[in-house]
Formats: sequence, C-alpha cells, structure tokens
Amino acid sequence: MITCAEAVKQLWDYLDGIVEESERELIEEHLSFCRRCCGELEFAEELRRFLATHAEDDLPPEVQARLTATLDELGRT
Amino acid sequence: MQEHVPTDTQRESVDRFRALAERELPRLYAIARRLVGMDAEDVVQECLLRAFRSFSQLEHEQAGGKWLTSILLNCCRDHWRSQGRRVEEVELEEAGEFSLFRKIADEDPFPYSDSVHLDFLHQFGGDDVRAVLASLPELYRVPLVLVHMAGYHVKEVGFMLDVPLGTMLARLHRGRKLFERELWSYAEQNGLLKEGARP
Repeated sequence: MITCAEAVKQLWDYLDGIVEESERELIEEHLSFCRRCCGELEFAEELRRFLATHAEDDLPPEVQARLTATLDELGRT
Repeated sequence: MQEHVPTDTQRESVDRFRALAERELPRLYAIARRLVGMDAEDVVQECLLRAFRSFSQLEHEQAGGKWLTSILLNCCRDHWRSQGRRVEEVELEEAGEFSLFRKIADEDPFPYSDSVHLDFLHQFGGDDVRAVLASLPELYRVPLVLVHMAGYHVKEVGFMLDVPLGTMLARLHRGRKLFERELWSYAEQNGLLKEGARP
C-alpha cells in the first residue's frame, strides 16, 4: 500500500511509463480505490496535453528570411 | 587568386545540410523560443553555423534532428553563460509537494464551472505559457521543454545533456512541479482567476 502523497509523486512518471513494474502495481492498486488521486491522474494527463499543445510556434517570416539567408551564405562558403 | 571551386562531394554535403536544416528549422525555433525567449533567432542562427562546421561528424542522418537539438542546447547554455547566468541546481522549497490539482480544487476560482481544472488551463494563451516557462530555472526548464514539448524521451535528454538518468528524472519531476506552482502564481498575478477574465 502507498499513500496519496507517494502516489501523486509518481503519477507523471507512471504516465511516461518509466516506473518500475512493482511501483506501477502499487500505483494502480492505490488508484483503484482513491478517487482524489484518479483526479490528480486525469489532471496530469491534461497538463501533458496542455504542454504539448503549446509546443509550437509559427516561424515568423522575418526570422525565416534571416535564417534562410544564413543557409544561403553557408552554401557559398 | 584562384577561386575556390567546390567538388561534387562538397556540394552534395552542403545540399544535404541545407535540406536537414530547413526541415528542422521550425522545431529548433520553437524549442529555442521556450528556452531563451526573444533571443531564439540568434541562438538558432548560431546553431546553424556550428552545425554546418561539424556536419561531417554526423554519422547517421536519421539522427540529424537530435544532433541539431544537442547543438542548439549547447548554444543555449553558452547564451546563458554569456549573460552571466549560472546554470546550476537551486534550492526550491516544497516545490516537490505542490499540487495544482488540489490548489484549484481548494481555491475553486470559477465556482460556477463544472470543469474548473480545465477552465483554469484554458485561461492561458501561448504568451502566458512562455512567460511561465521563462520563470523556471534553466536546469528544470530544459528537460520540461524537451520531454513534454519537443517529444524527446527522458533518456535521450539525459544523453544530450550528459546527465545520468536518475538526475534527469529528478529534474524533470521538479520542473513539472515548479511549472504547476508557477502557473498558479502567474494566474494570480495576472488576473486570470477572475470569472470571464478570458473569452
């Protein structure tokens, strides 16, 4: 058995699939009866999606132009 | 003076480098924006120059993206050093125990909402997220961005930074907790916790 604090500490690693098999079993056992930690788990998933959806930027045209000019220059050396 | 005429091999190498760089530019820029903010353009340019000089060292072009990212990280670290910023571990009291999930549930910033946690996240735009990331120490920002935004496995990030896996996992954990805590602080300081603050 593990406590809520111990389970919460490992939830992201659990989602990343990087916890040991024995730890995974303990976390899943805890989640089977703890609604609050299930909420923590769902929110951790949301936060992961949140980070992923804020991962990209459009390359501004002036930045693209400057970096392309750099590549042109390198091509001439 | 005789003009330098590149051989076919040299020309081919230049073309291959250019194809790789053009393919990776948007991704490199996105990572750099999250690591060095408005200096991203300079850092990516420096990355291209360094990468071009050492392109012959790239053994497998399938690994080109990762190789460029490693060079970009070195450029970021040099950038921080040039600004006199020390990239080192700092004491972060209680960050490891902070739970944004519980904080939102306890404070209940949107009492009429059926999905208060999601509503909280929806208050943040791209600029807000970048500002929150910028508030994290580099040591924790780098793994957070590379794993959760650029999609690298934590082992790959450890390899790129030459840091043991256990250390990398600890930094990533701390980075996530700090990010949660800073999201809340930022929301408080920027009026995002008021009902209807954002459309």
